[in-house]
Amino acid sequence: MKVILVGSGRILYYLARQFIRKDYDVQIVTPAKQEARELSQHLSRPVLAGDVTDPRILEDAGAFRADVVLALTPNDEDNLAICQIARQMYKVPRTITLVNDPENEEVFHKLKVSVAISATRILSTILEEQAGFEEIGKLISVAEGQVSVAEVVIREDSPAAGLTIESIALPEEALIGGIIREGRVLIPKGGSQLLGADRLILIATETSMDEAMHMLVGNDAK
Amino acid sequence: MKKRSGQQPDSIVIVGCGRLGAMLARRLSLAGSRVVVIDRDSGAFAQLETGFSGFRVTGDAVEHDVLREAGLASADCLLAVTEKDTLNLMVAQVAKTVFEVPRVIARVYDPIRETLYRRLGIDTISPTSLTAREFLHLVEQKRAQP
Repeated sequence: MKVILVGSGRILYYLARQFIRKDYDVQIVTPAKQEARELSQHLSRPVLAGDVTDPRILEDAGAFRADVVLALTPNDEDNLAICQIARQMYKVPRTITLVNDPENEEVFHKLKVSVAISATRILSTILEEQAGFEEIGKLISVAEGQVSVAEVVIREDSPAAGLTIESIALPEEALIGGIIREGRVLIPKGGSQLLGADRLILIATETSMDEAMHMLVGNDAK
Repeated sequence: MKKRSGQQPDSIVIVGCGRLGAMLARRLSLAGSRVVVIDRDSGAFAQLETGFSGFRVTGDAVEHDVLREAGLASADCLLAVTEKDTLNLMVAQVAKTVFEVPRVIARVYDPIRETLYRRLGIDTISPTSLTAREFLHLVEQKRAQP
């Protein structure tokens, strides 16, 4: 797989290092000559330096043969330009960027960037929704954040421990999608009883997540 | 906002208050349009000469909040004329897709980018291409003379 990484800073270096370990064909493009030299030394491969939003430098980087272009500059306007140039001029199948302003996530999708992720949004989601609930293992947002999927751990003293699913009055827009017990996945039925150490896959809309969580594990899990 | 075809737009947002932005702002304002100028640097508004009776918004036009504050949602025209191509192109696309502004034009120095964004449906003006055309035109005229 050929990956072109465009940008600067630590995240560029660590990603490049990771991809090189996986034996991807990695090409880096960065604005500053000094940083290009350092990256080239540390990663022992050639690094291009120049205006990263100039279509010609992407061509020099081999964009015509690239499978993925990752735009990691601190400027959203530059990230958008890089992704659009890659897609439109060089037909790169996947363009991925880290948007700096969370509000740009949606716009970038509309403008045909394959994946636009906002680290700011992810961190604030984790902070808001996970603070106080250490039971939540993972949190995935789908449908533009309207629906969340969370992994919830039931403890012996959780309000839901010992109860059957039908006896818990979960909000209408919340659903237990699976019970993971002793390494096996059980399909929940109304009569399924929840036990301590069960891990639940909880699917809920943004507005119902807190309430559902409260019913299952309580609020005291800080 | 009602659009009056053939006349100039009622309400215009200009992003970038450099020489070009300031000149456009002043002329459009004198001609009777409601003009809002956005620039990151409040010092840039000093370029606006007397005769400009519009509004000034200080902020980074990449942020939707700044565009909202400038009333872009009800504007009928956006001109993106900062010194930075990629910024102009992004603001133009946000204006079109998010704020649904009917008329959007961006200044783009690099002629290669200009072709690309024309294909994406953004109206662009490239000073480089325009200047080159004028130069070549004059050169040709000189050559034609005996």
